[in-house]
Amino acid sequence: MENKEAAVSLRNISKSFGSIAANKNVSLDINRGEILSLLGENGSGKTTLMNMLAGIYYPDSGQIFVDGREVRIASPRDAYDCGIGMIHQHFKLVDVLTAAENVVLGLEGPLMLDMPKASAKIREICDRYDFSVHPDKKVYDMSVSEKQTLEIIKVLYRGADILILDEPTAVLTPQETNRLFNVLRQMKADGKSIVIITHKLHEVMAIADRVAVLRKGEYIGEMMVSETNPQEMTNMMVGHTVSLNIERPEPVDPQPRLTVSGLTVVSDEGVLKLDNVSFTAMGGEILGIAGISGSGQKELLESIAGLCPIKEGSIIFTPKDKPARELVGLTPTKIKDAGIAMAFVPEDRLGMGLVGGMGMTGNMMLRSWRLGKGVFVERKKPDELARKLKDELGVVTPDVDYPVRRLSGGNVQKVLVGREIATVPSVLMTAYAVRGLDINTSYTIYNLMTEQKQKGTAVIFVGEDLDVLLELCDRILVLCDGKVTGIVKAGEATKEEVGLMMTHIDSGKEAAE
Amino acid sequence: MSILNSILALVIAAILNGTPLLFGTMGEILTEKSGNMNLGVEGMMYMGGAVGLAGAFYYGKAAGESAFGPAAVIIAILCAFIAGAFGALIFSFITISLRANQNVTGLALAIFGTGAGQFIGEFMRTKEGGFVAVSNEMKAAFQGSPFPKFLQDIPYVGQLLFQQNIFVYLGIILALAMAFFISRTRFGLNLRSVGESPATADAAGINITRYKYLATIIGGGISAIGGMVYIMTIAGCVWNHEGLSGEGWLAVALVIFCLWKPQNALWGSALFGALMILYLRLPLAIPNEIYKILPYFVTVIVLVVTSLRKKRENQPPASLGLAYFREDR
Repeated sequence: MENKEAAVSLRNISKSFGSIAANKNVSLDINRGEILSLLGENGSGKTTLMNMLAGIYYPDSGQIFVDGREVRIASPRDAYDCGIGMIHQHFKLVDVLTAAENVVLGLEGPLMLDMPKASAKIREICDRYDFSVHPDKKVYDMSVSEKQTLEIIKVLYRGADILILDEPTAVLTPQETNRLFNVLRQMKADGKSIVIITHKLHEVMAIADRVAVLRKGEYIGEMMVSETNPQEMTNMMVGHTVSLNIERPEPVDPQPRLTVSGLTVVSDEGVLKLDNVSFTAMGGEILGIAGISGSGQKELLESIAGLCPIKEGSIIFTPKDKPARELVGLTPTKIKDAGIAMAFVPEDRLGMGLVGGMGMTGNMMLRSWRLGKGVFVERKKPDELARKLKDELGVVTPDVDYPVRRLSGGNVQKVLVGREIATVPSVLMTAYAVRGLDINTSYTIYNLMTEQKQKGTAVIFVGEDLDVLLELCDRILVLCDGKVTGIVKAGEATKEEVGLMMTHIDSGKEAAE
Repeated sequence: MSILNSILALVIAAILNGTPLLFGTMGEILTEKSGNMNLGVEGMMYMGGAVGLAGAFYYGKAAGESAFGPAAVIIAILCAFIAGAFGALIFSFITISLRANQNVTGLALAIFGTGAGQFIGEFMRTKEGGFVAVSNEMKAAFQGSPFPKFLQDIPYVGQLLFQQNIFVYLGIILALAMAFFISRTRFGLNLRSVGESPATADAAGINITRYKYLATIIGGGISAIGGMVYIMTIAGCVWNHEGLSGEGWLAVALVIFCLWKPQNALWGSALFGALMILYLRLPLAIPNEIYKILPYFVTVIVLVVTSLRKKRENQPPASLGLAYFREDR
């Protein structure tokens, strides 16, 4: 059964969280001296699968073989004993300690720390792979790229020869990405096995020898990178079209409502999040935004809502019967004071959208706390609104004052969307509005969107399920790495086309690099 | 020479009054390094004071004429340590295993410990006919210097360096040992990482629960020794609940003043000790209460200054006061 070359073999691995299956019967080999890319959409179970190799999770069923020998990996320490080290997306480093102290942290050994010896060994690793990290540098003084390098050193110091990197390029600039890839190639030449978890096709093409595709927790297949092309990989990632039968009335008299041009946003770390994004959202239409997660959707919505600093570009808002207005530079309060009714359903419902410890009424008041006499808030109207939403949307809650944190995800979303729609917005923005919801609630949300569209609202729907986007929206804007790779008519586009735009960044430019 | 004499007297009094604080603070530093903020120091010091006194007193009573001073000191230290460790064990179980709020639990322990200490102290007093007295020989073991007479008799130097009670020297040794442990040993590094970033420590294979429990329990025991030191030295081996009142809170403030470093506690405790008795030595026409807020006042200044300078090494352990949940989905 076991491949002789395989450093690690996974056999029929399954893992569920509650009722959700994260991995179903996945079998996979990782070979020596090769870079394997684990490809899949967000939520396809790539990270979960690798976390089981790293000892973070323990599989519900299945076997893991290292060098042909069956092993049990129940903790990160067990993983190190098998020579497996994982570099997580969120670095696990102690800020106030030095690089060397972070490296030796948790290792067995004599009572006294021998830091000079540890530093010497770190320098040796640095020389071998051409890293530049000073052992005595404090982690809080390091750049993101240095921290990542330190994580790699930490893993190598422990003698790992199977390295798993979880979306290592997400936080890096293009130059840093190139340097990382050079390091990975060097390690491969050194006989190490490397797994890189990613959803960026051009990176797979650039670095990997072999690619394995996961979709919705299932193993779909694997190919040699030299024998495949982005189209084939995309098709494997997104799968076949599924019909959902979502009602889509034709837009009535669409008028430009929001004109975004040349929008550029740079994160605090200096990473380009949105690059020259231009589009127009129409009133009476649902504009879908498709893209792999982290392609700039969050920044796009937040910059329109006035929550995110904008480097360049303009956002022009054209109300129905009033003159157009520039939104860039306005705070959310000023946008509201200017009479622009904008509603935002954020991705993080209980973090950004609602206050978990308050009831429905209290959360309704977040939108109207400015009203009321003197120091007293107006309670009556929010209470009426809460009761109305509870009846109309069928929110299952014992009472309108029951903390929303204790409601199920679907009910939380109904409260949030209901509240936003009640403000009679002219622009409604939603991020992953149906994530984690059951089918019935999802359709309730789709209907609410369509209702708003028919009332003439410009609806912007950021989604992750292509089938939903293709059936619900009128037009779909596709983002890839912060750039617009296309705007298509949803009724005419195919899943494969959109999938390719999502993953395949401008091929001409890649070739030029 | 009288100025020199009065300065010397002030320094010696400062050290004497600072020693209970030194123990209280060291214990709390060890606890907070693990990310646990145990506000129950006051309670643990009360328990340590009462139980430590009881240990020495009943040993003296049982041994009678053959009572041996140093043995009484060791018994008092052990009794106080166990009393404080017991209080800290309750705190650890509630905050680490049950993950309750640390501030609330700490305050509860402060109140509980104060009451328990008072009860034991007063019970002992009434049962023994209104007065708990230890023999003069035993008092000398607690309050006298461990050094030979000729060293103590060196002018000035002898007074300053060799005439202190034994707990001053034990405290200095313990503070240096703890500073060394935290900064130079493997377990110290692991302990710091638990207090800074438990998720990182967990991923590195460090047993978070074990480190938190041990640091909190040992820290509680060390803090409690401070209470015993107060009763057996400053209070003169009798139960004095009024004098002990507030020592624990000063120790908590001193932890901040020392920037979570045991080596700073050495001079910090002497400074706080000096501020506590300044009203006796430097009488001005101001109420005593003004003097009593001085230690807290300088703590606030230190907090303001370190917050402004934003030096990362001087900040509290990053996860101080937070319960650790292993990330589950």
